[in-house]
Amino acid sequence: MSELLTCEGLTKHYGAKTALDGVDLHIGFGKIVGLLGPNGSGKTTLIKLANGLLQPDSGSIRIAGMKPGVESKAIVSYLPDADWLPGWMRVEQLVKMFGDFYKDFDPARANEMLANLELSPKDVLKTLSKGNREKVQLILAMSRNARLYLLDEPIGGVDPAARDYILHTILSNYSKDATVLISTHLIEDIEPVLDEAIFLKEGTVFAHRSVDEIRENEGMSVDAYFREVFKC
Amino acid sequence: MSEQFDSSRPIYAQLVERLKAKILAGTYPPGGHLDSVRDMAAAAGVNPNTMQRALAQLETEGLVRTERTAGRYVTEDTMLIEQLRAATAEKFAEEFLEKMRGIGYSPAQVAELLARQTKGEPNHE
Repeated sequence: MSELLTCEGLTKHYGAKTALDGVDLHIGFGKIVGLLGPNGSGKTTLIKLANGLLQPDSGSIRIAGMKPGVESKAIVSYLPDADWLPGWMRVEQLVKMFGDFYKDFDPARANEMLANLELSPKDVLKTLSKGNREKVQLILAMSRNARLYLLDEPIGGVDPAARDYILHTILSNYSKDATVLISTHLIEDIEPVLDEAIFLKEGTVFAHRSVDEIRENEGMSVDAYFREVFKC
Repeated sequence: MSEQFDSSRPIYAQLVERLKAKILAGTYPPGGHLDSVRDMAAAAGVNPNTMQRALAQLETEGLVRTERTAGRYVTEDTMLIEQLRAATAEKFAEEFLEKMRGIGYSPAQVAELLARQTKGEPNHE
């Protein structure tokens, strides 16, 4: 198995609106990939399809050869772009719940990250600030030993210092057997950690290139290239 | 925490330059053991595959070697390091002189300026 995520002719409509239109993607193991595109370009739709939350209208999507479903979810760690955990739970209860849900969850890793970001296990989730809730969700997602991490806007709401810590966490959890797909607008912040960048434009893949190759051939950063491609 | 990079050039190329400088300056001494790719990548705040590529480049140039099980080491070839150091110094000097010519300094004026600048500074070996 040489591919972790494969999309072929992947198409999704919402009513008359086309969210994804014939997307072909091949993503291997051991990569950190940026899923980049303006608002409404299909990033979240793609991630939801990979996670089985949406069904394609045509084309296919495979995770390590599997159709998204119960088996693929055992190897995919998904961080949605919205609050989704029950707000009444304490952080420590969430850690326990993830341990019950996922065989590959490492509570020690979660507790270490919580301590490093000064988040108290006793705190009730809904009493935390938006940024701190996001940190808790991200910590839970990154504490699994998954093969594919699907992170939908993981750093949008957190402060720059925590952002650095989170990127550092992604780098230090890096494994040759796992791939991290990060959707974001904050390209400049994550650019140094990326292998590849996927540019989504109006539901199609505009570019899927190595970050160093973009810098070499375009003579500009991925961030600058993005601004040029998606100039309003 | 993480290093800053010039945005218009490939990151691996900038890593090669920085790692080379550390070898030339002796921060990574000849024969010294290097941290794992993953640790070096995390320390620099870059992707491990990018760090891998930079180290592979240094290996091609003979500055770093890989022991199958024991990781990576800086070369013990101090001749090679010294040669590269001299060549790099030469290149920097040329670039500097070029810039100084650009603002109308003659070589003599540059020499005088350098003599004044370095006077009284402690002598680094």
